[in-house]
Amino acid sequence: MNMRAILLFAFVALLFIGTGFVQSWNVALTIFNMGLISAIMALGVNMQWGYAGLFNVGVMGFVALGGLATVLVASVPNTEALSAGGLRIAAALALGGATILAAILAWTRLRRYRGWVVAAILFAGFFLFRAVLDPGVAAVEAVNPARAGNIGGLGLPVLLAWPVGGLLAAGAAWIIGKTALGLRSDYLAIATLGIAEIIIAVLKNEDWMARGVKNVIGLPRPVPYEVDLQASPAFREVVTEFGMDPVTGSTIAVKLAYAGLFGVVLLVLIWLTQAALASPWGRMMRAIRDNEVAAEAMGKDVTRRHLQIFILGSAVVGMAGAMMTTLDGQLTPGTYQPLRYTFLIWVMVIVGGSGNNWGAVLGGFLVWWLWVQVEPLGALLMQGITAGMADGSWLKAHLQDAAAHMRLLTMGLVLLLVLRFSPRGLLPEK
Amino acid sequence: MEPLDALVAFANFVLVPGAAYGAQLALGALGVTLIYGILRFSNFAHGDTMAFGTMAVILTTWGLQSAGIGFGPLPTALLALPVGIAACAVLVLLTDRAVYRFYRAKKAAPVIFVIASLGVMFVYNGLVRFIIGVDDQSFADGERFLISARDFKEMTGLEEGLAIKTTQGITVVVAVIVVVVLFWFLNRTRTGKSMRAYSDNEDLALLSGINPERVVVYTWLIVAALATIAGTLYGLDKSFKPFTYFQLLLPIFAAAIVGGLGSPLGAIAGGFVIAFAEVTITYPLKKVLGYLMPEALEPDGLVQLLSTDYKFAVSFVILIIVLLFRPTGLFAGKSV
Amino acid sequence: MSGGNAYQDDRGNKDRSITRAGGGTMVRGKAPADRVTTANAFLIGDSMTGGYGSGPDILHDCTIAVDPGEIAVIVGPNGAGKSTAMKAIFGMLNLKRGSVRLDGEDITALSPQDRVVRGMGFVPQTSNIFTSLTVEENLEMGAFIRRDDFRDTMAQIYDLFPILKDKRRQPAGELSGGQRQQVAVGRALMTKPKVLMLDEPTAGVSPIVMDELFDRIIEVSRTGIPILMVEQNARQALEIADRGYVLVQGANAHTGTGKELLADDEVRRSFLGG
Repeated sequence: MNMRAILLFAFVALLFIGTGFVQSWNVALTIFNMGLISAIMALGVNMQWGYAGLFNVGVMGFVALGGLATVLVASVPNTEALSAGGLRIAAALALGGATILAAILAWTRLRRYRGWVVAAILFAGFFLFRAVLDPGVAAVEAVNPARAGNIGGLGLPVLLAWPVGGLLAAGAAWIIGKTALGLRSDYLAIATLGIAEIIIAVLKNEDWMARGVKNVIGLPRPVPYEVDLQASPAFREVVTEFGMDPVTGSTIAVKLAYAGLFGVVLLVLIWLTQAALASPWGRMMRAIRDNEVAAEAMGKDVTRRHLQIFILGSAVVGMAGAMMTTLDGQLTPGTYQPLRYTFLIWVMVIVGGSGNNWGAVLGGFLVWWLWVQVEPLGALLMQGITAGMADGSWLKAHLQDAAAHMRLLTMGLVLLLVLRFSPRGLLPEK
Repeated sequence: MEPLDALVAFANFVLVPGAAYGAQLALGALGVTLIYGILRFSNFAHGDTMAFGTMAVILTTWGLQSAGIGFGPLPTALLALPVGIAACAVLVLLTDRAVYRFYRAKKAAPVIFVIASLGVMFVYNGLVRFIIGVDDQSFADGERFLISARDFKEMTGLEEGLAIKTTQGITVVVAVIVVVVLFWFLNRTRTGKSMRAYSDNEDLALLSGINPERVVVYTWLIVAALATIAGTLYGLDKSFKPFTYFQLLLPIFAAAIVGGLGSPLGAIAGGFVIAFAEVTITYPLKKVLGYLMPEALEPDGLVQLLSTDYKFAVSFVILIIVLLFRPTGLFAGKSV
Repeated sequence: MSGGNAYQDDRGNKDRSITRAGGGTMVRGKAPADRVTTANAFLIGDSMTGGYGSGPDILHDCTIAVDPGEIAVIVGPNGAGKSTAMKAIFGMLNLKRGSVRLDGEDITALSPQDRVVRGMGFVPQTSNIFTSLTVEENLEMGAFIRRDDFRDTMAQIYDLFPILKDKRRQPAGELSGGQRQQVAVGRALMTKPKVLMLDEPTAGVSPIVMDELFDRIIEVSRTGIPILMVEQNARQALEIADRGYVLVQGANAHTGTGKELLADDEVRRSFLGG
């Protein structure tokens, strides 16, 4: 960390402290917690893009998988639904997997008519899969549809969902990477773009899994509830000493607890990534990036390394996704949009500095702060612009409504300006 | 068994909508493929370029409508098209001057252009939402049907009706005209040939005295026209919503890649492949099969292979299959 | 990656679904302050010293010239700077000293494109045709800078290379190696250049095709246009050369007519294998 980095981080810290004083500490901490998660997401994307030039535009999908993991691990088990259709669904999924395995086997083993055989296997497998799955799904969804209608979770501690989210994302990344990076020229960007949309479509439509667009709410939390804190005399005593009322004190205490948890994860990840970069493995990654042909000539398996880093980066993103769902306490598939969960993370990485882990973290905090604050700032600006206009005029109403869309415009401009005038980002890779 | 009815039902629910959607995708994919061929990057802002052009058309249409100007049985939006194309052309040319030209002069890596196009995508997206909002806008007017299901039934005496919406007819006709004009331009005119030459071999094009900046300007003009027309046709056929246009990016990219990136012919083929696959697989085939099979075997379910929400999955699976078995796309080896 | 152009750093990205490799590589060279005139000819690269970018000098006081009706050939061992000398004359090298003059006019400071306009026809060694365009379209693109009727020129080229007339509707990329070179030369001739420069026209073709190509080049030369070419096949090239330049390490080692050089013992020993 050099002077420039320290100054920039101090500047971002100032933004958050300023928010605390001007707006409220509650707002500042809300932004800060999401900033921590954004920083972790940016770290994951930076591993892929910064170390290996992998253009992953499916960040949203991995984030959503992390969210799914939280539901599956931590929500209350629904034994009734499981006994009604769980077995069928499990059997159908196994069948689906077996079909794909059989197709791959047929493709690699057979010589004649293999195209037809594979097509037949897939065709038959698909209908079999649907035949087994559909009744199971119907049975599960029929159980208490207003409140559950899904298979529920394992009821395990929610913190366990974070590594599981990472694992789930890593699994998806393995499948994508195996396919897209194995092609003669890699087609990763379009593959990730598609997979992300598919993951969201699955989350929205497969109600039996996580209730689809009906959302899962009330996920367990790793930190105490505000009402419990307010009820605790010891807590009230401490808070009053700081001169706060118990309600404000409890919300801030909860947010601080989250910040602590997320902070620990972020610090561990930074430490790991920095250590990895300095290790022989990191040197090899950079060698591959700077001269793939030479690295290949020296016997490095470039595709394998790319696959490795793609999986690692995606796992980090998946973990951040699980953390985000934990923070929200709910999974709402309808809110996953590529501009917010894929491309905004890219803005963070590019603005922060491609290839620099600290840069990614800085970008995560800075861009997230901007994303949140542009809206009130835009509204203020619009009020200023429209102050002279007659009340009730069409343009005035339109402009004030439109202020909400300022953030997309601003993010685009920030990305374009940084890319042009500081192409290596605010904190360039050394 | 009523095979004729089955055919009509199939045409009504799959062929006609598929053809219209295919034509819209093909026009979108042509724009993407032209930029890829000549400027050498995939333009992530293409969906939003379409949205902007369409927005300009919609605003003009509203203006015309309030002035009492119509286009008879045809949608007024067709009259507004030139204005929309002009607005879109101004926008993309300004963008090129402000953003892309700088990177061309620096001989930037193509992936840097892609990242720049992400920024442009955000800006366009914000711009469109800023001006027209995020809501659905329906702007089709004029006659609704070329043939309505009832007329068709009366004409043919069949049990099953075939309806062709005016917008579907217009989509196909306009797309054919646009494609013919585009191919004539690329293959017969001096400027068109110079664009193909530049795409093929930049150094040699320079040596032949072809001015790259002129080629780029022409490319953007064509892209603006294609994007506006594709977006307007899509909006007439369905409806205009900025977010939907952004999401069109995936099927459009898929179409361009399936056809072979950089190949205009491939973009058209890819557009129809993706569209028909999407419509067929997400449409409940119960009716068609009901006419085809003996009564005893008639399916009781909807026979919808996948829910419509999985249409992205369809384009994606086709994309993966094509890439696995024919990595350069259906029309490989030909660039613009 | 330190230094360099941050805009060219793709971080090793090879994704063909979003980027297309193979953009233009042609770089315009810098002209020297120190212009030298030591000799005179229709086209002359006079006392050229310089190299690529900020790299070391590759040419050292190298002079190459050609007059109308002549074929001038540059030969020499590998790495002698033959192609570099050609590129220097075409304005793609940073010269520290020397000058390039065409028809008595100093063109040292012109860009390669401007030199084409002034009458230089250049056929690069590789990627010298538009593979996806038809043969006829290749020729039309050669005539891009001409605003007059170029059908006569095209007819002349079809006379010179009859095979191209038969294949004019075929994409040039589908042609054989020798035919591609004919397209490349034909494309360069479409501007009606005052001088034709060929960079290793026979690289990678069979001996029979090579002989045919040399015959064609002699025919082109008979139309009166001066030809400057770089050749690997030194013996055959010197046989048709009116002027021969043997370069060694970027400097003129031997100069003379083709016959003189072929007869020169030292040239034969060192470069022609006895």
